[in-house]
Amino acid sequence: MIAFLLKRTLGAVLVLFAVSVLVFLIFFRTPGVDPARQIAGRQADPQTIAQIRADFGLDKPLPEQYVMMMRRLVWDRDLISYSDRGLVLPRGWCESRAGDRLTGRRAALVWLLMSLGGGVLSAVFRGRMLDPLITGLGLAGVSLPVYWLGAVVNLLTQDTFHDSLFQWLPALGYTPLNQDPLKWFEQLLFPWITLAMGMAGLYSRVLRSDLIEADRSDFVRTARAKGLSESRVLWRHSLRTSLIPFISLFGLDFGALMGGAAVLTEEVFALPGVGNLTYHALSRFDLPVLMAVTLYGAFAVVIVNLLVDIGYAVLDPRIRVP
Amino acid sequence: MLYGGRNTLSIGFAAAVVATIGGLIVGLLAGYLRGVVDVVLSRILDVVWAFPVLLLAISLSAVSFQSGLNFGLVKIGSGNLALPIFIIGAVYIPYTARVVRGSTLELTGAPFVEAAVGYGASRARIVGKELLPNVFPRILVLFPVVVATGIILESGLSFLGVGVRAPDASWGTIVQDGIGLLRSRPLIAIVPGAFVAVTVCALNVFGDAVRDAFDPKAAVKVRTP
Repeated sequence: MIAFLLKRTLGAVLVLFAVSVLVFLIFFRTPGVDPARQIAGRQADPQTIAQIRADFGLDKPLPEQYVMMMRRLVWDRDLISYSDRGLVLPRGWCESRAGDRLTGRRAALVWLLMSLGGGVLSAVFRGRMLDPLITGLGLAGVSLPVYWLGAVVNLLTQDTFHDSLFQWLPALGYTPLNQDPLKWFEQLLFPWITLAMGMAGLYSRVLRSDLIEADRSDFVRTARAKGLSESRVLWRHSLRTSLIPFISLFGLDFGALMGGAAVLTEEVFALPGVGNLTYHALSRFDLPVLMAVTLYGAFAVVIVNLLVDIGYAVLDPRIRVP
Repeated sequence: MLYGGRNTLSIGFAAAVVATIGGLIVGLLAGYLRGVVDVVLSRILDVVWAFPVLLLAISLSAVSFQSGLNFGLVKIGSGNLALPIFIIGAVYIPYTARVVRGSTLELTGAPFVEAAVGYGASRARIVGKELLPNVFPRILVLFPVVVATGIILESGLSFLGVGVRAPDASWGTIVQDGIGLLRSRPLIAIVPGAFVAVTVCALNVFGDAVRDAFDPKAAVKVRTP
């Protein structure tokens, strides 16, 4: 177990390093792009550009540039956005993450429940009415563009039916949990559902096919032959093995969500989070912010994945043997 | 609407072509040469895989937004539609390359490849004439789904303002234009979004059908951005 832990952690550290190199290459070495001019943003004066050249050591050799960038992003944490000088990066990122974290986690919970329910139901009732219904819903969830779904949900809940059906719903925005829990919940309810819709479709499909495959396997037949009840076979035997791909997929997406991949959802629902930070940085072409967001986002994916893997090794002894 | 649709569809399609060709090249190289090449390429794919798709595409688009890309011989200007095509295609290469690599590894041990080695075929011939035709159907099966996710990503990028840009339009930019008018003229935003949804849905259904027809056991997971 310790060997597994060490090996997996070492691997993750290497991936983190490679991720940071890739981000560096994207932002400083994209062919045909002058990084200083890009970082300065639109309509930058030559002074700023010269200052950026000096700040990022753009006249120095590549490895040195990389070290300089990483020092500002990870160690010194003083990367400053050039178009919005008040924004010091890692701190600004952490602040906006606080809002994000809550949205992301609850949405993840909603979509886990939705997809578990959907997957199990459609596998159990496959070949009957309910199965194509759930599959169809899932397909619709995967196909709808999130930003559009969010806008339509907004239109319906805030405008068209606001006077009749959704009178209880407060205006768009975000209220911290400790200020007004009820309002907090009401404002986040629809973002959660919107975000979860797209994910749940894919997840319930994956779970369904894995469950059906598990149903044909020998150990499930053995369990049935032992005379276990159908529900026990389902919950204890087939579902447990089917959860492996489900959870590793979940690790990837959950990490992305933690890192601020919910750009579109947050924008549409006017939630303050990393996604919104990204959106505003993008509208100003504020590359340092984007650089930080991308790097931290990928870091979050790698770290959540590592945790998922370790968690899985704890649960399932077979995985510990590499 | 129609002009936007033309751009959305052609970008989705062309990006899927880029992803497929890139995936074939990378996957065949990694799967056939194995050893160091495989390890290096697979690691690189793993690293790209670690990025949230949307964030990677956003940062690539933002970096190249003003001056475009310049690969020495090939130069993609900043307003060019080839730019989003290239970016979306590149972002999805890891997904296709994995499938290609997997099937190449599987097929390299097959009798017909050994026979080719036996009669002294060159490496290039084995890859081009023996492996490629057999790997190709498996990646082609993925094609509709990659087009679908490509369209979703394109419309998302355009919605954020870094995909297709004025004077060109796509369904994503039209939704963006209509968002501000949602209350007074809701249809401007709703209709193009619905078009995206219907198109992607159709492609997904089609992709599922193709997959079921060719390979009943394939477990394919393409993440949506």
